[in-house]
Amino acid sequence: MEEYLILMRLDIITKEAQPSPEQMQVYMKMYQDWVGGIAAQNKFVGGKGLSTEGKVIKSNQVITDGPYAEIKESLAGFIMIKAKDFDEAVSLAKNCPILGGAGNSVEVRKVVSVHNNN
Amino acid sequence: MNQDELIPHLFRTEYRKIVSVLAKRFGFEQLETAEDITSETFLTATQTWGLQGIPKNPTAWLYFVAKNKARNFLQRTAVFINKVSPEITNADLRHDELDIDLSPQNINDSQLQMMIAICHPSISPEAQIALSLRILCGFGVEEIADAFLTNKEIINKRLFRAKEKLREEKISIGIDVVDIDKCLDSVLRTIYLLFNEGYYSISKNKTMRKDLCLEAIRLCTMLVENEVTNKPQVNALLALMCFHISRFDARLSENGELVLYDDQDINLWNPDFISKGGYFLKRAASGNKLSKYHLEAGIAYWNTQKDDSNEKWESILQLYNQLLQLEYSPIAALNRTYALAKANGKQAALAAAEKLELLDNHFYFALLGELYTDLDNKKAVENLQKALILAKTSPDKQAIQKRLDALAT
Repeated sequence: MEEYLILMRLDIITKEAQPSPEQMQVYMKMYQDWVGGIAAQNKFVGGKGLSTEGKVIKSNQVITDGPYAEIKESLAGFIMIKAKDFDEAVSLAKNCPILGGAGNSVEVRKVVSVHNNN
Repeated sequence: MNQDELIPHLFRTEYRKIVSVLAKRFGFEQLETAEDITSETFLTATQTWGLQGIPKNPTAWLYFVAKNKARNFLQRTAVFINKVSPEITNADLRHDELDIDLSPQNINDSQLQMMIAICHPSISPEAQIALSLRILCGFGVEEIADAFLTNKEIINKRLFRAKEKLREEKISIGIDVVDIDKCLDSVLRTIYLLFNEGYYSISKNKTMRKDLCLEAIRLCTMLVENEVTNKPQVNALLALMCFHISRFDARLSENGELVLYDDQDINLWNPDFISKGGYFLKRAASGNKLSKYHLEAGIAYWNTQKDDSNEKWESILQLYNQLLQLEYSPIAALNRTYALAKANGKQAALAAAEKLELLDNHFYFALLGELYTDLDNKKAVENLQKALILAKTSPDKQAIQKRLDALAT
């Protein structure tokens, strides 16, 4: 088994794009059912949601608010999963409910150790 | 209470207190001496009370005799050390050092420390349970052997090895308050194992099984009564066990056969335990750490509500979703899938179930059989037949056969 990081990107800034509390409840259920399904296969390693606040530090030590300058979509959360290969990781990620929203995206990255960079 | 009932009763309640206090006083290398002195105290009680009648305050009498016996032991040890190694000057014990403190506070502290030591991770889980039953619950070796469906020799060996381990590893009897959560982790795990030993045992001795469950509840109650260990996760475990045991009498028939949830007589559910569970679950709702016991207690609460409702199954599903993220187990994965069928429909649950691939687990095929029923009865039968082959115990086989019969008609 290998570990993969699933990064979820969506628009968490534009006011009009934000869900109502009722919608939010539905989305949370969809999200939890998706993660629960991965965990039920013993393939969930860990994960967290992220708040909308953020700071970006550039190479000249300038600090700006938020990573949202260029595109609307920003990182909203991530989970780590176990999968036997990239195909399986992608097939688990494909069911992520945030993909129901236009413009949203999910990125799958394989985790490699710094000391074992292959 | 006459003497025949009183002494066994006192043995259950006082043995652990005296042993814990003495072991704390002597150190763990002398655990066996602590046990011997305590057993001798009860022997003296049996002999003396039989001749002179029961004293006014039997517990105080026991403490007094235990103190004297312990003091004699310490004095003998001091004499021995002084004679054998006269160069050791500080072995000359002063009188106050001979005193044994059997105050309620020291009893509580000693019992807690004993629990923490017994549940040390270096001791195997089955030995932890045996040692807990022996020292903390005052069970006889024979009773423990019955509970484990094994013989006295094996239990004696297990206890002996566990005590050896306590000595070898030099497990101290002091409480590390800084690390109380870590200590509690293993204590709670052992208590829950003890409870499950009674709740899910294949033994048909109903009384003995209930005793194990009640002892686990009693040990956990001791923890919530102690300020140091009255933590949210401890209250959550206590709530969980109260909810479970509320159905104890309904889920076992007179001859110890398992009665499935749907067939249980609700009148046999114990409302006192259900409300007690509710009380401790409320007390568990503080702090910011959600333990697996919180989630399991939440699920157990919903299982005390017999009527099906959307709210019930949606709540159970979400609790399982979280529980699995915290700690995976095949049984939680299967139960989650059942809740998924109830909350999101059978199609969604079937898709999820096919991915579980628990191919050596008869519950897995029983679940698939259940989910295929009415959607594809041929597949339902195929899966139930696979479950029947894999099932090991006769109650499991009977339950599966019953469903196969229902599909055949």
